[in-house]
Amino acid sequence: MIRIENLHKSFGNNKVLLGINLKIEKGESMCIIGQSGSGKSVLIKHMIGLLKPDEGKIFIDGMEVTGLGEREWMSVRKKFGMLFQGAALFDSLTVGQNVRFGLERYTDYSDTHIDEIVRDSLEKVGLIGIEHLMPHELSGGMKKRVALARAIAYSPEIVLYDEPSTGIDPIRADAINDMIIMLKKEMKITSVVITHDIISAYKVSDRIAMLYQGKIIQTGSPEDIRHSDHPVIQQFIKGEAQGPIENW
Amino acid sequence: MNTKTPNGPLSPGNVFRRFFLLLGDFGLVFFQTLRNIFRKPLEKNIFLQQLEEVGVRSLPVVILTSAFGGLVFSLQTYVGFHRYVGPGSEAYGGPIISLGLCKEFIPILVGLMVSGRVGSAMAAEIGTMKITEQIDALYSLGADPNKYLVVPRTLACIFMLPCLTLFGDAIGITAGYFYNVVLMKVNGVVYLRNTLIYLELWDILSGLIKAAFFGLIIAIVGCWQGMKTEGGAKGVGKATTVTVVVASISILIVNFFLSKALPATLSQ
Ligand SMILES: Nc1ncnc2c1ncn2[C@@H]1O[C@H](COP(=O)(O)OP(=O)(O)O)[C@@H](O)[C@H]1O
Ligand SMILES: [Mg+2]
Repeated sequence: MIRIENLHKSFGNNKVLLGINLKIEKGESMCIIGQSGSGKSVLIKHMIGLLKPDEGKIFIDGMEVTGLGEREWMSVRKKFGMLFQGAALFDSLTVGQNVRFGLERYTDYSDTHIDEIVRDSLEKVGLIGIEHLMPHELSGGMKKRVALARAIAYSPEIVLYDEPSTGIDPIRADAINDMIIMLKKEMKITSVVITHDIISAYKVSDRIAMLYQGKIIQTGSPEDIRHSDHPVIQQFIKGEAQGPIENW
Repeated sequence: MNTKTPNGPLSPGNVFRRFFLLLGDFGLVFFQTLRNIFRKPLEKNIFLQQLEEVGVRSLPVVILTSAFGGLVFSLQTYVGFHRYVGPGSEAYGGPIISLGLCKEFIPILVGLMVSGRVGSAMAAEIGTMKITEQIDALYSLGADPNKYLVVPRTLACIFMLPCLTLFGDAIGITAGYFYNVVLMKVNGVVYLRNTLIYLELWDILSGLIKAAFFGLIIAIVGCWQGMKTEGGAKGVGKATTVTVVVASISILIVNFFLSKALPATLSQ
């Protein structure tokens, strides 16, 4: 489904990714964990063509997308929905207009049909009758849910979640985790979840990959990761300040 | 979207390299926009919003600046005729005032005012979208940010700047008449007749053509700076400042070359 081979990326002198190899199967939910600033967002943005690799290859459904032009990327991106770290709702548009944005561009459904899907998508994330509100009238948790509704509205095959539970209170964060699990079950979505919250990672993922110093140091089931004897992973999942990881 | 300007010591070579990288970056936005203008569909809602934002909402500023611009210009023209040609000749100032206003003064005034008001707002709005990942969100939802954000703004500016300038011309010429005839008691009939005889339609049109170019400059500079914003709120502030400075200077420079390139008159 998504295959990444030897991906390198630097910004100026800041070498962020140093040879990432990762394979995400159709229908699975893969969690990428790692400390802040380790390049998780940079990695996920490569999957959807928002950043271009310096070196390495990316395959989506067996097709190499590494050298695609902007127009060709547009048709690949249709397969993806993305939940951005800060929700990234368009603040000049209403909630309803935000959710229908992708539908208007990726489908040729009629207006009334789009209205229905918008209502359904918002209902899926537990929001009813708020289409007319503006993003600044919503709480942080609601924004994330609207953003989630916007990302899934056009039934993408793959959803990328960039820190879905960061910045909201633990109860709402857990509700978002439940939604990720529900979407995976109901819509057979392939999910890639970025998080530095190990509890969420255990809960939502089939497999977990740990990103450290520009490389994936281990991939495995939540059980594998829990019992990993890699000192970096042990330090990360225990949340200890002392250990091989420095410069938090 | 991946072009980056190098940072480093300000050696001559580095400055040179940086300048051309910036120029290339700007050129990319410029040509992308020109190409996308002819690609359907146009984002109508945003275009209409921008027409209002650029045009209607700039009217108060344009009225005030054109009126006072027209007044001071007339004041000094009056002084000039009074001093060098002699008392009684002030009524000959009419065509000079109108010519100066329509061809140079009002288009530049409108261009500078709109850079400050609208160009900076474009940089701030798009810059904020950039740092809050809304630009990335546009890509992910199948919209090309250039087509969605830059093209409607550019078209609105190209269309509205000449309209504002025409409006400013009328206000400025009226202010000139008011100063000379009403305040300074110049002979109104002579003043008007001279103006009507010597002011050509081309004088007004060439000013409007220049204004359209200024609109293009303002929109592209503002959007370009917005799209390359990084580094949080500070970056947005920088983008707005750079937009006003770069757009204003470019308008003054381009204005000279347009004045030189456009014929002074169309009638032989
Ligand atoms: N567009 C960019 N330009 C320059 N540097 C960037 C850019 N995006 C990310 N970086 C840098 O890449 C590193 C990793 O960032 P990121 O992927 O956002 O970390 P995180 O794992 O917290 O999501 C950081 O040092 C950041 O400064
Ligand atoms: Mg991140």
